[in-house]
Amino acid sequence: MQTNENPTAGTADPIVRFENVTKAFGELVVLRELDFSVAPAEKVTIIGPSGSGKTTILRVLMTLEKPNAGYIYVEGEPLWHKRKNGKLMDADEGHLRKVRGSIGMVFQHFNLFPHMTALRNVYEAPVHVLGMNKEQAIARAEDLLGKVGLADKKEHFPSQLSGGQKQRVAIARALAMRPKVMLFDEVTSALDPELVGEVLSVIRELALEGEMAMLLVTHEMGFAREVSDRVVFFDNGRIVEQGPPEQLFGDPQNPRTKSFLGATLRH
Amino acid sequence: MVARFSVGSERIKNGIFFVIAILIVGTAFGVQMLAEPPELPPFDLLPSLLRGLSTTISLTFWGAILAFVVALITGILRSSQSVVLRSISGIYVEIFRGTSILVQLFWIYFVLPLDPFNISLSAFQAGVLALGLNVGAYGAEVVRGAIQAIPRGQIEASIALNMSRGLMLRRVILPQAIVRILPPFGNLLIELLKATSLASLITLSDVTFQALTLRQTVGRITEIFTLLLFIYFLIAYPLTLGVRWLEKRRQWAT
Ligand SMILES: Nc1ncnc2c1ncn2[C@@H]1O[C@H](COP(=O)(O)OP(=O)(O)OP(=O)(O)O)[C@@H](O)[C@H]1O
Ligand SMILES: [Mg+2]
Repeated sequence: MQTNENPTAGTADPIVRFENVTKAFGELVVLRELDFSVAPAEKVTIIGPSGSGKTTILRVLMTLEKPNAGYIYVEGEPLWHKRKNGKLMDADEGHLRKVRGSIGMVFQHFNLFPHMTALRNVYEAPVHVLGMNKEQAIARAEDLLGKVGLADKKEHFPSQLSGGQKQRVAIARALAMRPKVMLFDEVTSALDPELVGEVLSVIRELALEGEMAMLLVTHEMGFAREVSDRVVFFDNGRIVEQGPPEQLFGDPQNPRTKSFLGATLRH
Repeated sequence: MVARFSVGSERIKNGIFFVIAILIVGTAFGVQMLAEPPELPPFDLLPSLLRGLSTTISLTFWGAILAFVVALITGILRSSQSVVLRSISGIYVEIFRGTSILVQLFWIYFVLPLDPFNISLSAFQAGVLALGLNVGAYGAEVVRGAIQAIPRGQIEASIALNMSRGLMLRRVILPQAIVRILPPFGNLLIELLKATSLASLITLSDVTFQALTLRQTVGRITEIFTLLLFIYFLIAYPLTLGVRWLEKRRQWAT
């Protein structure tokens, strides 16, 4: 089902591709032979009921959760497997680190490092993981904090920031690693309502800049409609329906999509 | 927030001042005693007792360093992903926590020189080793607990930033764990100091050994052992104050 109006999406080789991916927690099957891909620079939003497995899609891609079966490719390279004599073997830590380098993630609960200032939260990994020169990394971290509107908070510790500010630092921190795909897992749902807007506008700007692919899980339907090239309705471990936002929100085909959207819109 | 911070630093200042004051007064008192021991009893016994002081202090010092290193390494291994490393470190901890430190000391001093080990240690080395390994085993559990108390989200954020396990440990986990580790380590240090008295039983001439010798030569049992209590207390009390100070000073830990 490739009904995408983004001219770059769908034509180029996918930057992320799930092939038959299954993930279960004990008896509970959360992803069922999932096939799914994201094109470079594509903005994809995943929506669906609670517990349907949306977060799990992001987590297996970030290597926080290991799939039980299937393959995930990042820029054509298998993520959880290593090619060896034409076969795919289980990947080791080194391989995981090599491939997941092009993925970044922003979490629902920020997960900032509480013992580091906002600035150091942002430059720590570029210096120690990418081996960037410290002065350059700090200069870039300052730029990024400026970009998310927090230039004046760089010396603050996370405990001295509001939820919205923390989340913006977390976005800057993830951006500092220059990911090609960024994952956002309900990044505004732990925030007080009046702080949601400032975080969404930062993400909106990133979406407009364009070159980074984005995979978002959100309950903010208006926002999904606005920034996405494609919206995926996910339920019970499967993609039920997907398409450009105007189509999925305006003219959903599947009855499950209809009833889900009906229920959320009525809220 | 700002108000809490300034109250905190006020307390810190008071704490530092108090600890330093006690240390200065205590040291001055000790030096005074050593320089011109008062003739009147029981203080005429002090010079002989204090002859063991340097042994007691260096046993504490080296034992603490060994215990710290052992606790850190073992505590990290206890939290490792490898079943083998976890089991080995677990066995060590259980053995050293589950048996008497006195027996461990005897074992290291009397059994290690025999077949099949043939490792002869001086009494001092044996004392440091027994104290370090015993207290290190308790410390390892402290380290393990502190590492496991780190929220899962911290580890996930480190993975998302593509950190290696070593980097994550050094830059994310240990700096946060250390805040929880230090106060209980202070308590273990006091335990260690008190346990050094056992080394007198393998011929080390610490303050307790001096006391036992004095008892045989001059008698005056009440005076000797009361002074001994005070000596241990005077060394331990600054440590106790230091621990209290650390407990209060937990910055961003909440
Ligand atoms: N580590 C885990 N162990 C056991 N079960 C888990 C684990 N992680 C997730 N699950 C279960 O897997 C299912 C899917 O979880 P997931 O977090 O992916 O859902 P979701 O679509 O993101 O839901 P929500 O909208 O509530 O965030 C849920 O039933 C959840 O309870
Ligand atoms: Mg979720």
